[in-house]
Amino acid sequence: MSLEKVVFGFFILLAATLNFGFVWGDIDNPVHHDAWELFGALVVSLIATVLKLGDRTQVGAVHLATSLVADLQLIAAAVVWVHTSSAGIEVGPDRMASIVSLAVGALLANLVSVTMLVVETMMLRR
Amino acid sequence: MNSAIFVALRRLRFPIILLIGICALGMIGLVLIPGVDENGAPWHMTFFDAFYFMSYTASTIGFGEIPRPFSYAQRLWVTFIIYLSVLGWAYAIARLLALLQDRGFQQTLVQQRFTREVRRLREPFFLVCGFGETGMQVCHALDRMRMRFVVIDLREDRVAEVDLQAFQTDTPALTGDARFPQNLAMAGLEHPACRGVLALTSDDGANLAVAMAGKLLHPGVPVICRAMSRSVADNMASFGTDHVINPFDTFADYLTLAMNSPGKHRLTDLLVGESGQRFRPAPLPPRGHWVVVGYGRFGREIVTCLDAEGLDVSIIDPAPEIPGRRHVRGTGTESGPLRQAGIERAAGVVAGTGDDVNNLSIAVTARELNPRVFVIVRQNLQANRSLFDAYDAQLNMVPSQIIADRCVALLGTPMLARFLALARGQDDGWAEELAGRLEALVPGRVPELWDVRLDLDEASAVYRALVDRDGEVRVGTLLRDPADRGAALDCIALMLSRTRRPELLPSRELRVRPGDRLLFAGSVEARERQRSVLQNANVFDYVHKGREIPGGWVWEAMTRLRAGRRG
Repeated sequence: MSLEKVVFGFFILLAATLNFGFVWGDIDNPVHHDAWELFGALVVSLIATVLKLGDRTQVGAVHLATSLVADLQLIAAAVVWVHTSSAGIEVGPDRMASIVSLAVGALLANLVSVTMLVVETMMLRR
Repeated sequence: MNSAIFVALRRLRFPIILLIGICALGMIGLVLIPGVDENGAPWHMTFFDAFYFMSYTASTIGFGEIPRPFSYAQRLWVTFIIYLSVLGWAYAIARLLALLQDRGFQQTLVQQRFTREVRRLREPFFLVCGFGETGMQVCHALDRMRMRFVVIDLREDRVAEVDLQAFQTDTPALTGDARFPQNLAMAGLEHPACRGVLALTSDDGANLAVAMAGKLLHPGVPVICRAMSRSVADNMASFGTDHVINPFDTFADYLTLAMNSPGKHRLTDLLVGESGQRFRPAPLPPRGHWVVVGYGRFGREIVTCLDAEGLDVSIIDPAPEIPGRRHVRGTGTESGPLRQAGIERAAGVVAGTGDDVNNLSIAVTARELNPRVFVIVRQNLQANRSLFDAYDAQLNMVPSQIIADRCVALLGTPMLARFLALARGQDDGWAEELAGRLEALVPGRVPELWDVRLDLDEASAVYRALVDRDGEVRVGTLLRDPADRGAALDCIALMLSRTRRPELLPSRELRVRPGDRLLFAGSVEARERQRSVLQNANVFDYVHKGREIPGGWVWEAMTRLRAGRRG
């Protein structure tokens, strides 16, 4: 067991779980979706991306690609949120629906990443 | 993506994560800690406000307290976060600088740039391994011939020298061991535009490795090798290295030629020199008693050559014993051993040690003792050129010059080697006469040499006439002046090569066929004029048939029509 592997797995999994936690609930209900969770998901996703940098293998490249997709989707969700609340109004159900749907896209990318991590681990047979 | 970026990203992973972490931590604190607005009511920053604040604070831009003045609790947190982010950035920048100064990383960058430069080469180029004295001379000659080349050398200072030489074109240069195939591959060995490989390092083993790699990785590309020892030269030749140049052997050969067949010697001198340079016929070494100082690789070749001529040879060498030979012990720089070796009655002396100063000293002493003696002096370093020029020996043997001249002759006109080999088989009068004709064409200069293949690329007009119109073209046609077809160009067709047996000095009446290769020698002007004959159909028709044919497609078609009606 190496610390590097633990950290790597931890961040990938945490990115997926935070993302899932944010998305879980009614898609257009602002009460079910917390800004803190989106913030957390974005930060952890960024860290996971940096951790994946510099791996030249094919698997490493796909890993990095999924992370970049997740980052992009989460940043888009955050931008929509910031833009909506800039007028000083609370985020309504229609805007919340678009924010959450963007975050669901990120969740899909994160799930791919987690699946790859699991498959990779199984392939090692150790 | 290129590997330098990968290396950089991997090394900078931790600093980047640290910066993200600091930014996130700062944002959390800013969003959580309440401020107080002008009415005394608490307010909270949004995530975007916090991100904005962190962005301009961490990067030391500092727009101030936005969106409204902070409370003391917020300021306390901001103070903490400022110090933290400054530390984070300092650390990240320090790591980045360390990375940039890292030798391994720099090497990766340099290699990458080199590989990209080589990959983007579109014009034909030569791969020169070894940028010592020989390599540099060859590169300068290639540069004058407007050919491109890639340099690879083991020593960094020599590679740096490539930039200082001010070549006309950009020369990609790599510091690396040419013995490793991956370095050769990086330098474009397998590149489709690679026209030849020149192994010119001072290490015979490395040259051998380069020759082998060249033959295996890019079969068909000519390989020219420098070899100092006979066994390595034989080894190279055994697997089909195209040309192996051993400067000592070449010189000994040259000496033999000069003694036996002055005509061939003069012809070779004329053809192997660099085109356009002043040509001064080399003085011929006399027969008689010879004193050879220094019995190393060079001395041995010379003695073998002199022995074969049946000449009387005395050797001076510091070695205590030379098997099978009597010799005078000593360095030859003092008059004692020279006298003992019979310098007073000698016809010639060879100063052939590996030390330039000693060679000059020997030569000066020998001339003092016998002013009429023919002096051959070996010059090892190009740097000492002025000394040797001042001394003005009858023959100056410069190994790097010999190799460079050979390389240039072989690369510039690949047919030349074949021609010279065939010329060897002719008698001396033939060579004498040909040399005389060449000297008359280009007085006092080395003539220009060029070869032409009668195909669409190099001689489209001739090729079309031969193939499309089924015409008869004779060698003489190609030697006519396009300005006045009655006059001849200042050039000679040296060789026509069609099948295995090339024709030396083809007669003007000989018919050429498509795909024939011809070797010409003459003035630069003749070459230019001949090019228009070969390429321009109208000029060719004038030279060929003596009539002016209208240019342009319409007129051509009408002429053809009229000709058809008539016939």
